[in-house]
Amino acid sequence: MKKETESREKYKQKIQSFQVKRPVIQNCFRAFWVGGTICLIGQGIENFYMKFFDFTKDTVAGPTVATLVLISVLLTGFGVYDKIAQYAGAGSAVPVTGFANSMASAAIEHRSEGLVLGIGMNMFQLAGSVIVFGVASAYVLGLIRYAFSYFM
Amino acid sequence: MNQQTLSFKHGVYVASRGTAASMKEGQGPIGSDIDQIFDDLYCGEKNWDQAERTLMRTAVLQCLQKKKYTYSDVDLLLAGDLNNQIVASNYFAREMGLPYFGLFTACSASMATVTLASVFVDGGFARRVVAATSSHNGVAERQFRNPTEYGAQKPPSATFTVTGAGALLLTNERTKIRITHATIGKIVDMGMTDPNDMGSAMAPAAADTMIQHFKDLSVAPSNYDLIVTGDLSGIGMPICKKLLQEQGYDLGDRYDDCGLIIYDPKQDTEVFAGGSGCACSAVTTYAHLLKKVEMGQLKKIFVVATGALMSPLMTQQKETIPCIAHGVVFEHVEESG
Repeated sequence: MKKETESREKYKQKIQSFQVKRPVIQNCFRAFWVGGTICLIGQGIENFYMKFFDFTKDTVAGPTVATLVLISVLLTGFGVYDKIAQYAGAGSAVPVTGFANSMASAAIEHRSEGLVLGIGMNMFQLAGSVIVFGVASAYVLGLIRYAFSYFM
Repeated sequence: MNQQTLSFKHGVYVASRGTAASMKEGQGPIGSDIDQIFDDLYCGEKNWDQAERTLMRTAVLQCLQKKKYTYSDVDLLLAGDLNNQIVASNYFAREMGLPYFGLFTACSASMATVTLASVFVDGGFARRVVAATSSHNGVAERQFRNPTEYGAQKPPSATFTVTGAGALLLTNERTKIRITHATIGKIVDMGMTDPNDMGSAMAPAAADTMIQHFKDLSVAPSNYDLIVTGDLSGIGMPICKKLLQEQGYDLGDRYDDCGLIIYDPKQDTEVFAGGSGCACSAVTTYAHLLKKVEMGQLKKIFVVATGALMSPLMTQQKETIPCIAHGVVFEHVEESG
């Protein structure tokens, strides 16, 4: 067993020079500008709703997110979002559009298995853990905030 | 059997070859050699699973029609693919109604089915055996990675699963392509865990099978006009070459990889490091390389199909990737004499 671990370590070192690293700096730059642009579009939609419809700063978030989600789902359906994501990486994964894409893509993928068992069961395949850990961490943070506000 | 290498003494020959693929492979460097090209990933079917079955059916029919055979002229079907429960093979075999074995050996299925088919023919147990292999990009992505339209960035070491199928009809009657030897691989696991870097994981398995083959037959790489690996891609190929060099085998220019023959990663950046999947070695070898062997442009080739026997479940359980490689020697023979 020890010999095996040794030869594996040796192999890992040996192939290092052959391995292509992810272009991290380039990826960061792309994620920054694409992610920023998505947020800029979101801000534009928000301003538009506030100016032309009867929304306040508190109520405008809902329709803005809904619009972004709709755009993202359409782009996913037309097969464009994954191409944007290959370029942008985290830039298109982090905003709410990435969440919408994860659900829409899973739904499309499992369409062949039917409405209930296919789409219904698999839609949260990727997004499920975001929701689980989002809710759980929100609960913990909420408790901390409450504790602070209580003692201070 | 010489350690791991079989010698087929009585004569196993390739009677016919059939291949099918999608548009992307059709537009690639060897597109003109593929028998039938489908316009999209659906191949006229409702979903991708059916599409893969259609690809396999098309390849087998192309293979048989060239000899004017029907299903009933075949003694045995051996088939393999990448899917869970090898559904493309099993559900296609349902249509054929022949004695059948399905094989799961991941992307090494092409040479695994050809090896076993050769054993049946050489042993005199069957006269005509079909060895069929298929893979589908959409099916493989769903099973091993993420939904196709999911926006996840792939690293440069990723490979692109070939959508296609290949079939060979093997017989004991003399033709221009003879199968002389096959080397059955052992599982090699060098502790790699990244499913987006199959080349690095599979290279040691390919090298292991090649070295064993050279030792078993006491031959040098120069014995062959061409040695190809299945889908090591631009990352794994130089690693494999280096591993052989360390053992004193210089592959030189006679070495290539099917994943770099079927696509040109320099022209088509969408395939990243190169092609992969069962159909990668099957389509490239059956359509392109064996055509050259048939015409005598290549006298003797050694095809080593590489497979990563991973499962997404095992990867999540932090298991390393077990890999395997099976090799088959194809030789040009003059028909008369």
